[in-house]
Amino acid sequence: MKRILIVGGGTAGTMMANKLRKALDAGEWKITVLDKEKTHYYQPGFLFIPFGIYKPADVIKPKSTFIPAGVEMLYEEAEKILPEDNAVQLKNGQQLNYDYLIVATGTSLRPEETPGVKGNLYYKDIFDFYSIEGATALGKKLRSWEGGKLVVVIPELPYKCPVAPLEFIFLAEAYFTEQGIRDKVDLTYVTLMSGAFTKPIASKMLGELLEEKNINVVTDFYTEKVDNEKKQLVSFDERTVDFDILTIVPVNMGSKIIENSGMGDDMGFVPTNKHTLQSEKYENVFVLGDAANLPTSKAGSVAHFAAEILFDNLMHSIEGRPLTASFDGHANCYIETGYGKGALIDFNYDTEPLPGTFPLPGIGPFGLLKNTKINHYGKIMFRWMYWHILLKGKELPVEPLMTMAGKKRNPIDLNK
Amino acid sequence: MEKTISGQNLSFSEDGYMTDFSAWTEDIAKELAKEENIELTDKHMEVLKFLRKKHEAGDSLSIRSVGKSGIVDIKGLYQLFPGGPLKISSKLAGIPKPTSCV
Ligand SMILES: Cc1cc2nc3c(=O)[nH]c(=O)nc-3n(C[C@H](O)[C@H](O)[C@H](O)COP(=O)(O)OP(=O)(O)OC[C@H]3O[C@@H](n4cnc5c(N)ncnc54)[C@H](O)[C@@H]3O)c2cc1C
Repeated sequence: MKRILIVGGGTAGTMMANKLRKALDAGEWKITVLDKEKTHYYQPGFLFIPFGIYKPADVIKPKSTFIPAGVEMLYEEAEKILPEDNAVQLKNGQQLNYDYLIVATGTSLRPEETPGVKGNLYYKDIFDFYSIEGATALGKKLRSWEGGKLVVVIPELPYKCPVAPLEFIFLAEAYFTEQGIRDKVDLTYVTLMSGAFTKPIASKMLGELLEEKNINVVTDFYTEKVDNEKKQLVSFDERTVDFDILTIVPVNMGSKIIENSGMGDDMGFVPTNKHTLQSEKYENVFVLGDAANLPTSKAGSVAHFAAEILFDNLMHSIEGRPLTASFDGHANCYIETGYGKGALIDFNYDTEPLPGTFPLPGIGPFGLLKNTKINHYGKIMFRWMYWHILLKGKELPVEPLMTMAGKKRNPIDLNK
Repeated sequence: MEKTISGQNLSFSEDGYMTDFSAWTEDIAKELAKEENIELTDKHMEVLKFLRKKHEAGDSLSIRSVGKSGIVDIKGLYQLFPGGPLKISSKLAGIPKPTSCV
């Protein structure tokens, strides 16, 4: 029997397992998913934990719930990929052979890559909201905090869900207002980028929102270290930012297994054909989700759109036909902005986020690059869709490739 | 945008990055560096050549990757190209403006 091996059973791997099991003859193809953890985390929900909006139980389910019958699920850590031998070596010494490999190992958080983060202040005054532990510890801290300087810092690129730190600071601003201590809190957003976001029109809209909410922004700040004694961020060009609470986006790198296998770029992401989603080096290796080095956002929505393309190309490859399905880098991200409102961006490799309506031209219901209540409900609904539609590999009422319908090329009044 | 530098007619993007990779020479780099108030040393040149090599191979460029190159550490890179090490060095290396993909 032939085997498709999926390394990583997170958002991307789980979706693929569901899609493939439905399509492939169980007598001919064995599908195996490998993951080192038994728990599936709804990562977008981490954002809400520090503010008590979600509890940890709201974002956790057993992985096994989402793995369909007829798929072999192994809870083992992969040590190394041996692409020349079509095999994956496990930590326990065992080897699994494959006909096709799908790499879906996501990102791994490396807080230790920023000197001073994992010192005395770690989880006392320095936190993250990219892990359940960090988000929970930060929530505890905020509940008894009486005010001071709260700093959010992005030390390195790329990182998953590029809008998440913006959402965090918007939600923090609203939280402190509701707590009645906004006047005692100084909020600062520190980024190595030259603006709030990389794409110009969205950056302008989001930059204006930050200003409106009285949040300080420090740009082009490349963090060298955190000085624990002075409670300061220090950049390579010797600028400093003081903090009482530091919330860091831990350096995101690819999984160790990619490095171990010599299959990654500088940051441990796998060089992947941005249209076919096939590995640049190995014909029977495909890459889905955050593990790929695609020039688009690392996000669950991207993995979802890419999954449809990868599925088509894998089927073509199995049938010996050329890989004609072509991914466009489509990303669709809700941005929580606080006070029950949200914004939405929709873009791809070639088209930056533009204002307009989504998914129906002129109707919506969602407003692109607009701050509205309905966009916030989109984000809240996303959790339900994630568990019930996305992971199961079902189709959303949104096309995988981006469309220009509903988008406006010439941005007008962004506040409407 | 067109400019004549060390006798050559060169074209540049709106933000001042050379558009023809193959037209680059060390002399051009030296002239461009003057506009940034930088006196190019051998160390500078090593960085520029490293960037060109990476760019030609289609690799993505980051300050971190230069820091790991063994030529200079990140702190040193900031001293060589104060203000915006990757943007300025890319400009002098005759490669396109670095994009941060998000
Ligand atoms: C705070 C936060 C907010 C976010 N908000 C949004 C949002 O609003 N919208 C959105 O679309 N996306 C959002 N995301 C991003 C989204 O969660 C990720 O992009 C998505 O989960 C990526 O899926 P993946 O399968 O590539 O990686 P993951 O879901 O992270 O899965 C990778 C899996 O691989 C396993 N693994 C890794 N290495 C090995 C190994 N060696 N052996 C065995 N198993 C291994 C891991 O255990 C893990 O289960 C957010 C993320 C965070 C952190």
